[in-house]
Amino acid sequence: MPQYLLSVYGPAERTPYGAYATKEAMLEAFADTGAFNDQLVADGYFVYANGLAEASTASVVDGQGDEPVVTDGPYLEAKEHLGGFWVIEAPDLDVALRLAAQGSKACRGKVEVRPFQTADGFQEHLEG
Amino acid sequence: MTPTAVDDALTRALREEWARVVASLARRFHDLDTAEDAAAEAFAVAVERWPHDGVPVNPGAWLTTTATRKAIDRIRREARREEKYEEAIRLRDDDPAPPRGAVEDDRLRLIFTCCHPALSPEARIGLTLRLVGGLTVAEIARAFLVQEATMGQRLTRAKAKIKAAAIPYRVPAEADLPARIDGVLTVLFLVFNEGYLASGPSSDPVRADLTGEAIRLARLVRDLCPTGETTGLLALMLLTEARRPARVSATGELVTLAEQDRGAWDRDLIAEGHALVRGTIADVAAGGPPPGRYQLLAAVNAVHTYAREAGETDWAQIATLYDRLVRVDPSPVVALNRAVALAEVDGPEVALAVVDALPLESYHAFHATRAELLRRLGRGAQARAAYDRAIALSGNAAETAYLARRRVQLGR
Repeated sequence: MPQYLLSVYGPAERTPYGAYATKEAMLEAFADTGAFNDQLVADGYFVYANGLAEASTASVVDGQGDEPVVTDGPYLEAKEHLGGFWVIEAPDLDVALRLAAQGSKACRGKVEVRPFQTADGFQEHLEG
Repeated sequence: MTPTAVDDALTRALREEWARVVASLARRFHDLDTAEDAAAEAFAVAVERWPHDGVPVNPGAWLTTTATRKAIDRIRREARREEKYEEAIRLRDDDPAPPRGAVEDDRLRLIFTCCHPALSPEARIGLTLRLVGGLTVAEIARAFLVQEATMGQRLTRAKAKIKAAAIPYRVPAEADLPARIDGVLTVLFLVFNEGYLASGPSSDPVRADLTGEAIRLARLVRDLCPTGETTGLLALMLLTEARRPARVSATGELVTLAEQDRGAWDRDLIAEGHALVRGTIADVAAGGPPPGRYQLLAAVNAVHTYAREAGETDWAQIATLYDRLVRVDPSPVVALNRAVALAEVDGPEVALAVVDALPLESYHAFHATRAELLRRLGRGAQARAAYDRAIALSGNAAETAYLARRRVQLGR
Protein backbone atom coordinates (compact mmCIF):
# COMPACT_ATOMS: atom_id res chain seq x y z
CA MET A 1 0.00 0.00 0.00
CA PRO A 2 1.40 3.46 -0.82
CA GLN A 3 2.87 5.54 1.98
CA TYR A 4 2.62 9.33 2.09
CA LEU A 5 4.49 12.02 3.97
CA LEU A 6 2.10 14.67 5.29
CA SER A 7 4.20 17.75 6.12
CA VAL A 8 2.90 20.68 8.12
CA TYR A 9 4.42 24.06 7.46
CA GLY A 10 4.33 26.89 9.99
CA PRO A 11 5.84 30.34 10.59
CA ALA A 12 9.61 30.53 11.13
CA GLU A 13 9.02 33.05 13.91
CA ARG A 14 7.42 31.22 16.79
CA THR A 15 5.57 32.62 19.80
CA PRO A 16 6.05 31.20 23.32
CA TYR A 17 3.27 28.83 22.22
CA GLY A 18 5.06 27.51 19.18
CA ALA A 19 3.13 28.16 15.97
CA TYR A 20 0.07 29.32 17.94
CA ALA A 21 -0.89 32.80 19.09
CA THR A 22 -2.14 31.89 22.57
CA LYS A 23 -1.83 29.11 25.08
CA GLU A 24 -5.52 28.24 24.64
CA ALA A 25 -5.11 27.98 20.86
CA MET A 26 -2.08 25.74 21.33
CA LEU A 27 -3.82 23.43 23.79
CA GLU A 28 -6.88 23.15 21.55
CA ALA A 29 -4.76 22.29 18.52
CA PHE A 30 -2.79 19.72 20.54
CA ALA A 31 -6.01 18.10 21.75
CA ASP A 32 -7.48 17.97 18.22
CA THR A 33 -4.22 16.65 16.74
CA GLY A 34 -4.01 14.00 19.46
CA ALA A 35 -7.55 12.87 18.68
CA PHE A 36 -6.73 12.80 14.96
CA ASN A 37 -3.62 10.67 15.64
CA ASP A 38 -5.67 8.22 17.72
CA GLN A 39 -8.13 7.90 14.85
CA LEU A 40 -5.28 7.26 12.36
CA VAL A 41 -4.02 4.45 14.60
CA ALA A 42 -7.51 2.99 15.07
CA ASP A 43 -8.15 3.00 11.30
CA GLY A 44 -4.78 1.45 10.46
CA TYR A 45 -3.34 4.44 8.55
CA PHE A 46 -0.75 5.53 11.11
CA VAL A 47 2.94 4.81 10.52
CA TYR A 48 4.66 7.62 12.43
CA ALA A 49 4.11 11.24 13.45
CA ASN A 50 6.03 13.91 15.31
CA GLY A 51 6.57 17.64 15.68
CA LEU A 52 9.89 19.42 15.16
CA ALA A 53 11.73 21.96 17.30
CA GLU A 54 11.90 25.37 15.68
CA ALA A 55 13.85 25.79 12.44
CA SER A 56 16.57 27.97 14.04
CA THR A 57 17.73 24.90 16.02
CA ALA A 58 18.64 23.09 12.79
CA SER A 59 22.18 22.53 11.46
CA VAL A 60 23.24 21.64 7.95
CA VAL A 61 26.11 19.24 7.35
CA ASP A 62 27.91 18.74 4.02
CA GLY A 63 29.95 15.56 4.25
CA GLN A 64 30.86 15.31 0.59
CA GLY A 65 34.32 16.84 0.96
CA ASP A 66 37.32 15.61 2.92
CA GLU A 67 36.08 17.21 6.13
CA PRO A 68 32.39 17.67 6.96
CA VAL A 69 31.26 21.33 6.85
CA VAL A 70 28.66 22.31 9.42
CA THR A 71 26.54 25.47 9.16
CA ASP A 72 24.02 26.85 11.57
CA GLY A 73 20.33 27.14 10.66
CA PRO A 74 17.92 25.36 8.33
CA TYR A 75 18.80 24.28 4.77
CA LEU A 76 16.66 27.02 3.22
CA GLU A 77 15.96 30.41 4.73
CA ALA A 78 12.21 30.92 4.47
CA LYS A 79 9.28 32.59 6.17
CA GLU A 80 7.69 29.18 6.72
CA HIS A 81 9.32 25.92 7.73
CA LEU A 82 8.48 22.28 8.25
CA GLY A 83 6.99 22.12 11.74
CA GLY A 84 5.88 18.51 11.96
CA PHE A 85 4.79 15.54 9.89
CA TRP A 86 2.90 12.32 9.63
CA VAL A 87 3.82 9.20 7.71
CA ILE A 88 0.66 7.38 6.72
CA GLU A 89 -0.23 4.32 4.72
CA ALA A 90 -3.34 4.70 2.53
CA PRO A 91 -4.82 2.81 -0.43
CA ASP A 92 -4.75 5.82 -2.76
CA LEU A 93 -4.37 9.59 -3.02
CA ASP A 94 -8.07 10.29 -2.44
CA VAL A 95 -7.83 8.70 1.01
CA ALA A 96 -4.50 10.47 1.71
CA LEU A 97 -6.01 13.85 0.75
CA ARG A 98 -9.06 13.28 2.94
CA LEU A 99 -6.82 12.43 5.93
CA ALA A 100 -4.57 15.42 5.18
CA ALA A 101 -7.62 17.70 5.27
CA GLN A 102 -8.57 16.34 8.69
CA GLY A 103 -4.98 16.70 9.93
CA SER A 104 -4.81 20.25 8.58
CA LYS A 105 -7.97 21.20 10.45
CA ALA A 106 -6.71 19.55 13.66
CA CYS A 107 -3.25 21.16 13.74
CA ARG A 108 -4.29 24.49 12.11
CA GLY A 109 -1.78 24.41 9.29
CA LYS A 110 -1.47 23.68 5.59
CA VAL A 111 -0.40 20.13 4.83
CA GLU A 112 1.71 18.95 1.89
CA VAL A 113 0.94 15.41 0.71
CA ARG A 114 3.80 13.60 -0.96
CA PRO A 115 4.10 9.94 -1.86
CA PHE A 116 7.16 7.95 -0.86
CA GLN A 117 9.14 6.43 -3.65
CA THR A 118 8.18 2.86 -4.43
CA ALA A 119 10.28 -0.07 -5.68
CA ASP A 120 8.62 0.35 -9.12
CA GLY A 121 9.45 4.04 -9.27
CA PHE A 122 13.05 3.31 -8.24
CA GLN A 123 13.34 0.72 -11.01
CA GLU A 124 12.19 3.30 -13.56
CA HIS A 125 14.86 5.74 -12.37
CA LEU A 126 17.53 3.08 -12.86
CA GLU A 127 16.35 2.52 -16.41
CA GLY A 128 16.38 6.25 -17.05
CA MET B 1 -14.85 -1.11 -49.79
CA THR B 2 -13.78 2.26 -51.19
CA PRO B 3 -10.79 4.08 -49.71
CA THR B 4 -13.13 6.88 -48.54
CA ALA B 5 -15.35 4.40 -46.73
CA VAL B 6 -12.32 2.96 -44.95
CA ASP B 7 -11.15 6.46 -44.03
CA ASP B 8 -14.59 7.26 -42.66
CA ALA B 9 -14.60 4.05 -40.64
CA LEU B 10 -11.16 4.89 -39.21
CA THR B 11 -12.19 8.43 -38.31
CA ARG B 12 -15.41 7.18 -36.74
CA ALA B 13 -13.56 4.47 -34.80
CA LEU B 14 -11.09 7.03 -33.46
CA ARG B 15 -13.93 9.31 -32.33
CA GLU B 16 -16.17 6.61 -30.92
CA GLU B 17 -13.82 3.93 -29.65
CA TRP B 18 -10.58 5.61 -28.54
CA ALA B 19 -11.75 6.49 -25.01
CA ARG B 20 -13.30 3.05 -24.55
CA VAL B 21 -10.10 1.27 -25.62
CA VAL B 22 -7.84 3.43 -23.42
CA ALA B 23 -10.22 3.14 -20.48
CA SER B 24 -10.59 -0.64 -20.58
CA LEU B 25 -6.83 -1.10 -20.90
CA ALA B 26 -6.19 1.31 -18.05
CA ARG B 27 -8.46 -0.75 -15.81
CA ARG B 28 -6.86 -4.02 -16.79
CA PHE B 29 -3.19 -2.98 -16.69
CA HIS B 30 -3.39 -0.29 -14.00
CA ASP B 31 -1.19 2.02 -16.02
CA LEU B 32 -2.17 4.97 -18.22
CA ASP B 33 1.07 4.95 -20.26
CA THR B 34 0.60 1.33 -21.23
CA ALA B 35 -3.05 1.98 -22.08
CA GLU B 36 -2.30 5.08 -24.17
CA ASP B 37 0.63 3.54 -26.08
CA ALA B 38 -1.17 0.28 -26.77
CA ALA B 39 -4.31 2.10 -27.96
CA ALA B 40 -2.19 4.27 -30.27
CA GLU B 41 -0.46 1.15 -31.64
CA ALA B 42 -3.79 -0.58 -32.25
CA PHE B 43 -5.10 2.41 -34.22
CA ALA B 44 -1.85 2.46 -36.23
CA VAL B 45 -2.37 -1.23 -37.07
CA ALA B 46 -5.95 -0.43 -38.13
CA VAL B 47 -4.72 2.31 -40.46
CA GLU B 48 -2.36 -0.21 -42.04
CA ARG B 49 -4.64 -3.23 -42.21
CA TRP B 50 -8.23 -2.09 -42.70
CA PRO B 51 -7.65 -0.82 -46.27
CA HIS B 52 -6.51 -4.36 -47.25
CA ASP B 53 -8.44 -6.63 -44.88
CA GLY B 54 -11.62 -4.56 -44.77
CA VAL B 55 -13.21 -2.88 -41.75
CA PRO B 56 -13.99 -5.45 -39.02
CA VAL B 57 -17.66 -6.12 -38.19
CA ASN B 58 -17.14 -4.77 -34.68
CA PRO B 59 -14.35 -2.16 -34.91
CA GLY B 60 -14.42 -1.44 -31.16
CA ALA B 61 -13.90 -5.08 -30.18
CA TRP B 62 -11.18 -5.47 -32.83
CA LEU B 63 -9.32 -2.39 -31.52
CA THR B 64 -9.61 -3.47 -27.88
CA THR B 65 -8.36 -6.98 -28.67
CA THR B 66 -5.46 -5.65 -30.76
CA ALA B 67 -4.54 -3.07 -28.13
CA THR B 68 -4.69 -5.67 -25.36
CA ARG B 69 -2.29 -7.91 -27.33
CA LYS B 70 0.07 -4.97 -27.84
CA ALA B 71 -0.01 -4.19 -24.13
CA ILE B 72 0.68 -7.81 -23.18
CA ASP B 73 3.56 -7.99 -25.67
CA ARG B 74 5.03 -4.88 -24.17
CA ILE B 75 4.70 -6.06 -20.58
CA ARG B 76 6.18 -9.49 -21.47
CA ARG B 77 9.16 -7.79 -23.09
CA GLU B 78 9.69 -5.68 -20.01
CA ALA B 79 9.12 -8.59 -17.65
CA ARG B 80 11.77 -10.64 -19.46
CA ARG B 81 14.20 -7.77 -19.33
CA GLU B 82 13.60 -6.95 -15.69
CA GLU B 83 12.59 -10.38 -14.51
CA LYS B 84 9.47 -8.84 -13.08
CA TYR B 85 7.50 -12.03 -12.88
CA GLU B 86 4.73 -10.69 -10.73
CA GLU B 87 3.57 -8.41 -13.50
CA ALA B 88 3.64 -11.26 -15.98
CA ILE B 89 1.52 -13.25 -13.58
CA ARG B 90 -1.11 -10.51 -13.66
CA LEU B 91 -1.53 -11.18 -17.38
CA ARG B 92 -3.03 -14.57 -16.69
CA ASP B 93 -5.49 -13.05 -14.25
CA ASP B 94 -8.34 -12.35 -16.62
CA ASP B 95 -9.72 -9.38 -14.79
CA PRO B 96 -13.41 -9.53 -15.73
CA ALA B 97 -14.99 -6.30 -16.97
CA PRO B 98 -17.14 -4.69 -14.27
CA PRO B 99 -20.93 -4.51 -14.84
CA ARG B 100 -21.82 -2.05 -17.60
CA GLY B 101 -24.01 0.32 -15.58
CA ALA B 102 -23.67 4.00 -16.48
CA VAL B 103 -21.62 4.84 -13.40
CA GLU B 104 -19.39 1.78 -13.84
CA ASP B 105 -18.37 2.72 -17.36
CA ASP B 106 -14.58 2.60 -17.67
CA ARG B 107 -14.60 5.88 -19.57
CA LEU B 108 -16.09 7.66 -16.60
CA ARG B 109 -13.27 6.40 -14.36
CA LEU B 110 -10.82 7.64 -16.96
CA ILE B 111 -12.43 11.11 -17.05
CA PHE B 112 -12.37 11.41 -13.26
CA THR B 113 -8.72 10.38 -13.16
CA CYS B 114 -7.76 12.90 -15.87
CA CYS B 115 -9.66 15.69 -14.08
CA HIS B 116 -8.37 14.88 -10.59
CA PRO B 117 -8.06 18.03 -8.42
CA ALA B 118 -4.49 17.11 -7.42
CA LEU B 119 -3.37 17.74 -11.03
CA SER B 120 -2.73 21.24 -12.39
CA PRO B 121 -5.58 22.69 -14.49
CA GLU B 122 -3.34 22.63 -17.61
CA ALA B 123 -2.52 18.97 -17.03
CA ARG B 124 -6.21 18.11 -16.53
CA ILE B 125 -7.11 19.71 -19.85
CA GLY B 126 -4.22 18.06 -21.69
CA LEU B 127 -4.83 14.59 -20.26
CA THR B 128 -8.56 14.77 -20.95
CA LEU B 129 -8.02 15.78 -24.58
CA ARG B 130 -5.35 13.08 -25.08
CA LEU B 131 -6.71 10.09 -23.17
CA VAL B 132 -10.47 10.68 -23.47
CA GLY B 133 -10.62 12.83 -26.61
CA GLY B 134 -7.96 10.98 -28.58
CA LEU B 135 -6.27 14.17 -29.83
CA THR B 136 -2.56 13.80 -30.54
CA VAL B 137 -0.02 15.61 -28.38
CA ALA B 138 0.80 17.78 -31.42
CA GLU B 139 -2.86 18.78 -31.82
CA ILE B 140 -3.22 19.68 -28.16
CA ALA B 141 0.02 21.66 -28.23
CA ARG B 142 -1.22 23.62 -31.27
CA ALA B 143 -4.56 24.29 -29.58
CA PHE B 144 -2.87 25.83 -26.55
CA LEU B 145 -0.05 27.53 -28.43
CA VAL B 146 2.80 25.68 -26.76
CA GLN B 147 5.63 23.60 -28.21
CA GLU B 148 4.82 19.95 -28.76
CA ALA B 149 7.76 18.97 -26.52
CA THR B 150 6.42 21.20 -23.73
CA MET B 151 2.96 19.64 -23.95
CA GLY B 152 4.50 16.17 -24.11
CA GLN B 153 6.47 16.85 -20.92
CA ARG B 154 3.40 18.24 -19.18
CA LEU B 155 1.44 15.07 -19.93
CA THR B 156 4.34 12.79 -18.98
CA ARG B 157 4.73 14.58 -15.65
CA ALA B 158 1.00 14.34 -14.96
CA LYS B 159 0.93 10.61 -15.72
CA ALA B 160 4.00 10.12 -13.50
CA LYS B 161 2.19 11.89 -10.66
CA ILE B 162 -0.94 9.76 -11.16
CA LYS B 163 1.24 6.68 -10.83
CA ALA B 164 3.56 7.79 -8.02
CA ALA B 165 0.88 9.40 -5.86
CA ALA B 166 -1.63 6.60 -6.58
CA ILE B 167 -4.39 8.82 -7.92
CA PRO B 168 -7.20 6.27 -8.07
CA TYR B 169 -8.82 5.03 -11.25
CA ARG B 170 -12.45 5.03 -10.20
CA VAL B 171 -15.66 6.98 -9.91
CA PRO B 172 -15.42 9.03 -6.68
CA ALA B 173 -17.41 8.20 -3.55
CA GLU B 174 -20.99 9.50 -3.42
CA ALA B 175 -20.05 12.28 -0.98
CA ASP B 176 -17.32 13.65 -3.27
CA LEU B 177 -19.24 13.17 -6.51
CA PRO B 178 -20.89 16.61 -6.95
CA ALA B 179 -17.60 18.47 -6.40
CA ARG B 180 -15.69 16.09 -8.66
CA ILE B 181 -18.27 16.30 -11.46
CA ASP B 182 -18.05 20.05 -11.17
CA GLY B 183 -14.28 19.74 -11.66
CA VAL B 184 -14.83 17.70 -14.84
CA LEU B 185 -17.32 20.26 -16.18
CA THR B 186 -14.83 23.06 -15.46
CA VAL B 187 -12.24 21.31 -17.64
CA LEU B 188 -14.72 20.88 -20.51
CA PHE B 189 -15.90 24.49 -20.19
CA LEU B 190 -12.29 25.74 -20.31
CA VAL B 191 -11.68 23.76 -23.51
CA PHE B 192 -14.86 25.17 -25.02
CA ASN B 193 -14.07 28.75 -24.04
CA GLU B 194 -10.56 28.53 -25.41
CA GLY B 195 -12.16 27.50 -28.68
CA TYR B 196 -14.87 30.15 -28.59
CA LEU B 197 -12.63 33.08 -27.75
CA ALA B 198 -9.22 31.82 -28.72
CA SER B 199 -6.29 33.71 -27.23
CA GLY B 200 -3.22 34.74 -29.14
CA PRO B 201 -3.00 37.26 -31.97
CA SER B 202 -1.89 34.66 -34.52
CA SER B 203 -4.55 32.03 -33.90
CA ASP B 204 -8.00 31.91 -35.51
CA PRO B 205 -10.46 33.94 -33.45
CA VAL B 206 -12.80 30.96 -33.13
CA ARG B 207 -11.42 27.43 -32.99
CA ALA B 208 -14.16 25.09 -34.18
CA ASP B 209 -11.96 22.06 -33.53
CA LEU B 210 -11.85 22.88 -29.81
CA THR B 211 -15.51 23.86 -29.43
CA GLY B 212 -16.49 20.70 -31.34
CA GLU B 213 -14.28 18.51 -29.16
CA ALA B 214 -15.64 20.10 -25.96
CA ILE B 215 -19.21 19.42 -27.13
CA ARG B 216 -18.37 15.81 -27.98
CA LEU B 217 -16.85 15.27 -24.51
CA ALA B 218 -19.78 17.06 -22.84
CA ARG B 219 -22.18 14.69 -24.62
CA LEU B 220 -20.16 11.73 -23.38
CA VAL B 221 -20.08 12.99 -19.78
CA ARG B 222 -23.81 13.69 -19.87
CA ASP B 223 -24.53 10.19 -21.24
CA LEU B 224 -22.48 8.66 -18.45
CA CYS B 225 -23.57 10.99 -15.69
CA PRO B 226 -26.87 12.73 -16.53
CA THR B 227 -27.18 15.40 -13.84
CA GLY B 228 -28.85 18.82 -14.16
CA GLU B 229 -25.47 20.51 -14.42
CA THR B 230 -23.98 18.16 -17.04
CA THR B 231 -27.14 18.74 -19.10
CA GLY B 232 -26.88 22.48 -18.44
CA LEU B 233 -23.27 22.61 -19.65
CA LEU B 234 -24.10 20.72 -22.85
CA ALA B 235 -27.05 23.04 -23.52
CA LEU B 236 -24.89 26.10 -22.84
CA MET B 237 -22.25 24.87 -25.30
CA LEU B 238 -24.82 24.03 -28.01
CA LEU B 239 -26.59 27.40 -27.73
CA THR B 240 -23.25 29.22 -27.87
CA GLU B 241 -21.89 27.11 -30.72
CA ALA B 242 -25.11 27.72 -32.68
CA ARG B 243 -24.13 31.40 -32.99
CA ARG B 244 -20.60 30.68 -34.20
CA PRO B 245 -21.38 31.19 -37.94
CA ALA B 246 -22.50 34.77 -37.18
CA ARG B 247 -19.83 35.61 -34.64
CA VAL B 248 -16.96 36.80 -36.82
CA SER B 249 -17.54 39.09 -39.81
CA ALA B 250 -16.08 38.61 -43.30
CA THR B 251 -13.40 41.16 -42.34
CA GLY B 252 -12.41 39.17 -39.25
CA GLU B 253 -14.13 41.33 -36.71
CA LEU B 254 -16.07 40.09 -33.69
CA VAL B 255 -19.81 40.68 -34.17
CA THR B 256 -21.76 41.37 -30.97
CA LEU B 257 -24.93 39.48 -30.16
CA ALA B 258 -27.05 42.55 -30.96
CA GLU B 259 -25.51 42.92 -34.43
CA GLN B 260 -25.36 39.27 -35.43
CA ASP B 261 -27.26 37.95 -38.47
CA ARG B 262 -29.67 35.66 -36.65
CA GLY B 263 -30.52 33.90 -39.92
CA ALA B 264 -26.99 32.46 -39.88
CA TRP B 265 -27.49 30.76 -36.51
CA ASP B 266 -27.60 26.97 -36.51
CA ARG B 267 -31.28 26.16 -35.93
CA ASP B 268 -30.68 22.45 -35.20
CA LEU B 269 -28.24 23.19 -32.40
CA ILE B 270 -30.61 25.82 -31.00
CA ALA B 271 -33.55 23.39 -31.05
CA GLU B 272 -31.45 20.75 -29.28
CA GLY B 273 -30.21 23.28 -26.71
CA HIS B 274 -33.72 24.58 -26.04
CA ALA B 275 -35.04 21.04 -25.54
CA LEU B 276 -32.27 20.36 -22.99
CA VAL B 277 -32.99 23.62 -21.13
CA ARG B 278 -36.74 22.79 -21.03
CA GLY B 279 -35.82 19.38 -19.60
CA THR B 280 -33.70 20.84 -16.78
CA ILE B 281 -36.38 23.42 -15.92
CA ALA B 282 -38.98 20.62 -15.73
CA ASP B 283 -36.68 18.57 -13.48
CA VAL B 284 -36.19 21.51 -11.11
CA ALA B 285 -39.97 22.16 -11.10
CA ALA B 286 -40.53 18.50 -10.26
CA GLY B 287 -38.55 18.93 -7.05
CA GLY B 288 -34.99 18.32 -8.30
CA PRO B 289 -32.00 20.21 -6.90
CA PRO B 290 -31.89 23.97 -7.59
CA PRO B 291 -30.14 24.91 -10.86
CA GLY B 292 -26.38 25.50 -10.74
CA ARG B 293 -24.34 27.92 -12.82
CA TYR B 294 -24.37 25.94 -16.07
CA GLN B 295 -28.15 25.52 -16.05
CA LEU B 296 -28.60 29.23 -15.35
CA LEU B 297 -26.13 30.25 -18.06
CA ALA B 298 -27.85 27.87 -20.48
CA ALA B 299 -31.17 29.51 -19.61
CA VAL B 300 -29.69 32.96 -20.32
CA ASN B 301 -28.54 31.72 -23.71
CA ALA B 302 -31.93 30.16 -24.35
CA VAL B 303 -33.57 33.56 -23.80
CA HIS B 304 -31.11 35.17 -26.24
CA THR B 305 -31.69 32.53 -28.89
CA TYR B 306 -35.50 32.64 -28.54
CA ALA B 307 -35.51 36.28 -29.70
CA ARG B 308 -35.91 36.48 -33.48
CA GLU B 309 -34.25 39.88 -33.45
CA ALA B 310 -32.11 41.62 -30.84
CA GLY B 311 -34.89 44.11 -29.99
CA GLU B 312 -37.19 41.27 -28.90
CA THR B 313 -34.77 40.01 -26.22
CA ASP B 314 -36.45 39.54 -22.84
CA TRP B 315 -33.82 41.40 -20.82
CA ALA B 316 -35.90 41.40 -17.63
CA GLN B 317 -35.81 37.61 -17.65
CA ILE B 318 -32.07 37.62 -18.30
CA ALA B 319 -31.54 40.03 -15.40
CA THR B 320 -33.59 37.73 -13.13
CA LEU B 321 -31.49 34.74 -14.19
CA TYR B 322 -28.31 36.69 -13.43
CA ASP B 323 -29.69 37.63 -10.00
CA ARG B 324 -29.98 33.91 -9.28
CA LEU B 325 -26.55 33.22 -10.78
CA VAL B 326 -24.94 35.83 -8.52
CA ARG B 327 -26.28 33.88 -5.54
CA VAL B 328 -24.75 30.62 -6.85
CA ASP B 329 -21.49 32.21 -8.03
CA PRO B 330 -20.82 35.60 -6.41
CA SER B 331 -17.75 36.33 -8.56
CA PRO B 332 -17.11 39.80 -10.05
CA VAL B 333 -17.18 38.38 -13.61
CA VAL B 334 -20.76 37.18 -13.08
CA ALA B 335 -21.62 40.58 -11.58
CA LEU B 336 -20.19 42.23 -14.72
CA ASN B 337 -22.43 40.14 -16.98
CA ARG B 338 -25.41 40.90 -14.76
CA ALA B 339 -24.65 44.61 -15.18
CA VAL B 340 -24.92 44.24 -18.98
CA ALA B 341 -28.50 42.97 -18.54
CA LEU B 342 -29.15 45.70 -15.98
CA ALA B 343 -28.19 48.35 -18.55
CA GLU B 344 -31.02 47.13 -20.79
CA VAL B 345 -33.56 47.03 -17.96
CA ASP B 346 -32.64 50.01 -15.74
CA GLY B 347 -30.43 52.04 -18.08
CA PRO B 348 -26.67 52.56 -18.55
CA GLU B 349 -26.25 54.88 -15.56
CA VAL B 350 -27.39 52.25 -13.05
CA ALA B 351 -25.26 49.61 -14.78
CA LEU B 352 -22.15 51.82 -14.83
CA ALA B 353 -22.38 52.39 -11.07
CA VAL B 354 -22.40 48.60 -10.57
CA VAL B 355 -19.53 48.03 -13.02
CA ASP B 356 -17.33 50.74 -11.53
CA ALA B 357 -17.44 49.02 -8.14
CA LEU B 358 -16.04 45.73 -9.51
CA PRO B 359 -12.39 44.75 -8.87
CA LEU B 360 -11.68 43.76 -12.49
CA GLU B 361 -9.06 46.33 -13.50
CA SER B 362 -7.02 43.78 -15.47
CA TYR B 363 -9.95 42.11 -17.30
CA HIS B 364 -10.51 43.24 -20.90
CA ALA B 365 -14.29 42.68 -20.78
CA PHE B 366 -14.57 45.03 -17.79
CA HIS B 367 -13.12 47.90 -19.85
CA ALA B 368 -15.09 46.94 -22.97
CA THR B 369 -18.33 46.98 -20.96
CA ARG B 370 -17.47 50.32 -19.34
CA ALA B 371 -16.62 51.75 -22.76
CA GLU B 372 -20.02 50.80 -24.19
CA LEU B 373 -21.88 52.19 -21.18
CA LEU B 374 -19.88 55.45 -21.25
CA ARG B 375 -20.57 55.76 -24.98
CA ARG B 376 -24.30 55.41 -24.37
CA LEU B 377 -24.09 58.07 -21.67
CA GLY B 378 -22.38 60.42 -24.14
CA ARG B 379 -19.14 60.54 -22.14
CA GLY B 380 -16.87 60.26 -25.19
CA ALA B 381 -13.46 61.00 -23.67
CA GLN B 382 -13.90 58.46 -20.89
CA ALA B 383 -15.30 55.92 -23.35
CA ARG B 384 -12.21 56.32 -25.58
CA ALA B 385 -9.89 55.73 -22.62
CA ALA B 386 -11.86 52.62 -21.67
CA TYR B 387 -11.67 51.26 -25.26
CA ASP B 388 -7.90 51.80 -25.16
CA ARG B 389 -7.60 49.77 -21.98
CA ALA B 390 -9.81 47.01 -23.41
CA ILE B 391 -7.79 46.85 -26.65
CA ALA B 392 -4.53 46.69 -24.69
CA LEU B 393 -5.79 43.78 -22.58
CA SER B 394 -7.67 41.72 -25.17
CA GLY B 395 -5.80 38.68 -26.54
CA ASN B 396 -8.29 37.87 -29.32
CA ALA B 397 -7.65 39.30 -32.79
CA ALA B 398 -11.35 39.57 -33.80
CA GLU B 399 -12.25 41.27 -30.55
CA THR B 400 -9.42 43.77 -30.89
CA ALA B 401 -10.60 44.62 -34.41
CA TYR B 402 -14.15 45.19 -33.17
CA LEU B 403 -13.06 47.36 -30.25
CA ALA B 404 -10.77 49.41 -32.48
CA ARG B 405 -13.65 50.16 -34.86
CA ARG B 406 -15.94 51.19 -32.01
CA ARG B 407 -13.18 53.43 -30.68
CA VAL B 408 -12.74 55.10 -34.10
CA GLN B 409 -16.51 55.69 -34.38
CA LEU B 410 -16.29 57.91 -31.32
CA GLY B 411 -13.95 60.26 -33.19
CA ARG B 412 -11.23 62.21 -31.48
